[in-house]
Amino acid sequence: MLENCCSKCHHSISNPCKDWVICKTEGPLCHTDISCKNKIVNSLNQIMNENTNLVIKIGMSTCGLAAGAGDTFNEFQKLLKERNIQAEIIKVGCMGHCYAEPIVEIIEPNGSCVIYNNVKNTDVESTLNSYFDKKTEGVLAIRYKKGTLSDEAKIPLFQNLLFNKKQKRIILNNCGIINPEKIEEYIVFGGYRALSKVLTKLSPQEVIDQIKSSKLRGRGGAGFPTGQKWQICYDVKNDQKYFICNADEGDPGAFMNRLLAEGDPHRVLEGLIIAAYAIGASKGYIFVRAEKTLMANHLKLAVNQTKQIGLLGNNILNSDFNLDVEVVLSAGAFVCGEETALLAALEGKRAMPRPRPPYPATQGLFGKPTTINNVETLAHVSTIILKNELFTSVGTEKSKGTKVFCLAGKVKRTGAAEVPFGTTLKELIFDIGGGIVNDGKFKAVQTGGPSGGCLSDKFLDLPLDYEKLAEAGFIMGSGGVIVLDEDSCVVDTAKYFLNFTTKESCGKCTPCRIGLKRLQEILEKISKGQGNMADLDDMNNLGKLIINTSLCALGQGAPNPILTTIKYFSEEYKEHIEKRRCPSHVCANLVDYRINPDECINCGNCTKNCPVGAINILSLTGSKQYSIELEKCIRCGYCFNNCPMNAIFKV
Amino acid sequence: MENQVDPQYSDIIDEVLNKFKPFNKNLLISILQEIQYTIGYLPKAVLEELSDKTNIPLSQIYGVATFYHQFRLNLKGKHLITICLGTACHVQGSNNLLNYIQDVLQLNDNLDTTEDRFFTLNQVRCLGTCGLAPIIKIDNDFYGNVSPTDLKKIFEKYRSIDV
Ligand SMILES: Cc1cc2nc3c(=O)[nH]c(=O)nc-3n(C[C@H](O)[C@H](O)[C@H](O)COP(=O)(O)O)c2cc1C
Ligand code: FES
Repeated sequence: MLENCCSKCHHSISNPCKDWVICKTEGPLCHTDISCKNKIVNSLNQIMNENTNLVIKIGMSTCGLAAGAGDTFNEFQKLLKERNIQAEIIKVGCMGHCYAEPIVEIIEPNGSCVIYNNVKNTDVESTLNSYFDKKTEGVLAIRYKKGTLSDEAKIPLFQNLLFNKKQKRIILNNCGIINPEKIEEYIVFGGYRALSKVLTKLSPQEVIDQIKSSKLRGRGGAGFPTGQKWQICYDVKNDQKYFICNADEGDPGAFMNRLLAEGDPHRVLEGLIIAAYAIGASKGYIFVRAEKTLMANHLKLAVNQTKQIGLLGNNILNSDFNLDVEVVLSAGAFVCGEETALLAALEGKRAMPRPRPPYPATQGLFGKPTTINNVETLAHVSTIILKNELFTSVGTEKSKGTKVFCLAGKVKRTGAAEVPFGTTLKELIFDIGGGIVNDGKFKAVQTGGPSGGCLSDKFLDLPLDYEKLAEAGFIMGSGGVIVLDEDSCVVDTAKYFLNFTTKESCGKCTPCRIGLKRLQEILEKISKGQGNMADLDDMNNLGKLIINTSLCALGQGAPNPILTTIKYFSEEYKEHIEKRRCPSHVCANLVDYRINPDECINCGNCTKNCPVGAINILSLTGSKQYSIELEKCIRCGYCFNNCPMNAIFKV
Repeated sequence: MENQVDPQYSDIIDEVLNKFKPFNKNLLISILQEIQYTIGYLPKAVLEELSDKTNIPLSQIYGVATFYHQFRLNLKGKHLITICLGTACHVQGSNNLLNYIQDVLQLNDNLDTTEDRFFTLNQVRCLGTCGLAPIIKIDNDFYGNVSPTDLKKIFEKYRSIDV
């Protein structure tokens, strides 16, 4: 598809044609030749697999691979060969349904598409049997009602799955459907048309105006209006400007950037090229975590493919616009995501943030004007250029469009869901996520990562919108949503985040480096049952001080998990402090272990494992019974973890 | 004598520097990454030689190498186990897994490589596959929803492939 149809087509890297993208799907445009038309139609059919008997798509993003999709892939190859079945197996990205991975979709050219969930390698045979027998075993959903399965009425349509129903998939639309390693597929699905329109019809200022009118806000955390950001950099006059895509996703619990870049890398790249054109940058960087190998590889491949066909390089689509893009691997440190720290990292230094102003827009990479945007922000750009109404038709007044949230923790259906802003936490966790695992009780939800907060059930009706969250004292962050149930302790959760930020603090400014350490010590004391109520005030005061005086948003956000838990879960802190008890049995020093004599089989495992000899046999009324001496017990939990009968319990 | 660079390492440094021509201080992180891919870690002697060859002060190289999580200054075992201690994994009990691994491999927070240098344990915070927490990665392979029982089998698999 990428090659020229005949000698009349002159497109090449050195002599590019402005209509190349459109021509590839609707052409030929510059001449009428039936054989060229046929060539193009044929290549489209080939890409859409119209000529194939059977197509098997397997979700092979990192999440799919973690669930075992690699083995599933091998097993399919083996079985298809054994049975002599002609089929094409395609590795696709992730549709966001982590809970159902590995996901396999079997497609026939007549349009029947059956989606199977949790297909481990050991399930491949039964999946194939189920498919060929037209059974419904293992089927998660179907894409169309075609009557291909014998009991089809029982099976939901994919878009009606509870996980999907409240979603509005715009930027995730291609993920799990197209082959991310093929630029052709992205183009067939409408890709690079926005770039084509921008380079042939719009001036940089017109692009910026369009982004402004969409009210797109940065999805990387702060929610800064993207159009305004581009305008500031556009207005700075300089021969050399840089554009950076921040793909250093390090917020634990958020993985939408990885999912997007793995499943649809060209969408991100197209956004980047348009952004660079708008601000006037001739060099772009994609800064991506080295550990996220697949994400980095897909982005690199995408960059190389666009270079080869002239969508990157000099005189792109004959527009006089030149852009080179480089994928740079981040060596990993949470603070690298902060924009001035990111600049230092790209300059080969320790990633320490610096005070702003000067802002990167005036003095960024190597001292030149620079704009930095998040992966998800860039993914929205092509939609806004082509179909602004689609983007602006959803969302709230000030937060337009959709946002991908990542559901993790104690929620039934984990995964990534793209919903309009304004969706409530309740809809996200209960309708989409299906509620709490094992039908447990909801306790809290943590949003916004290490700078975010813990929300109690009274906030479940809060619409997700930058302003609404801020009013309640929370932040949107990058969109990680971690659900906690009754088995999680909020003091432990606050301690967890503080450990995180203390370790990730770059050490440059005192409030963050030392203040967080002091906060950590107080929390540690409380979780050991040595706290007192005055500690809560101390933490509140110290926390506010750190927020007000830290250099960058890492320190300015780090006390939030503590402040919000003290505010909304004060009872639980009280229990830890006054009653020296952890109601969720998580804080090791505040639980006691007991042995249930009815379950105990006198195997003696616990006595052997106890490092301090606190478990002894009592001879009560003739029968042997093990018991734990509370004074000696150091609460290490070895007996609890090693009891074969689960006869040891916590109180 | 101890700090003398293994001639093999010297070649590796040259090779890497060759790849990054024209040399520029801004490339330090990429250069260190490339060296680590080849050797597995960043031996002290290599950093010293790199400093000599590039005229970047050793203090600066050392500062960068110790700042980022990706860089290792100590010998790495044959297989790298990465355990995620990110939020989602924490909530799903990654601490128990950590204890289990440290227990069976006889490691602790100050000792990350087994005596036979077969496994090195690396602790990170979020591998980006939170929906399948808790997560373990061995070399480049991910394992989701793992329990100690799964781990036992997985470790055995690596040991048996290698004998
Ligand atoms: C500690 C810290 C970590 C951050 N991590 C990221 C990140 O991983 N990805 C990201 O896009 N933005 C991150 N940010 C926000 C960036 O500084 C910056 O605001 C963002 O990349 C701008 O892009 P946007 O306007 O498109 O959101 C982080 C900020 C801080 C303070
Ligand atoms: S928290 Fe473990 S993968 Fe994200």
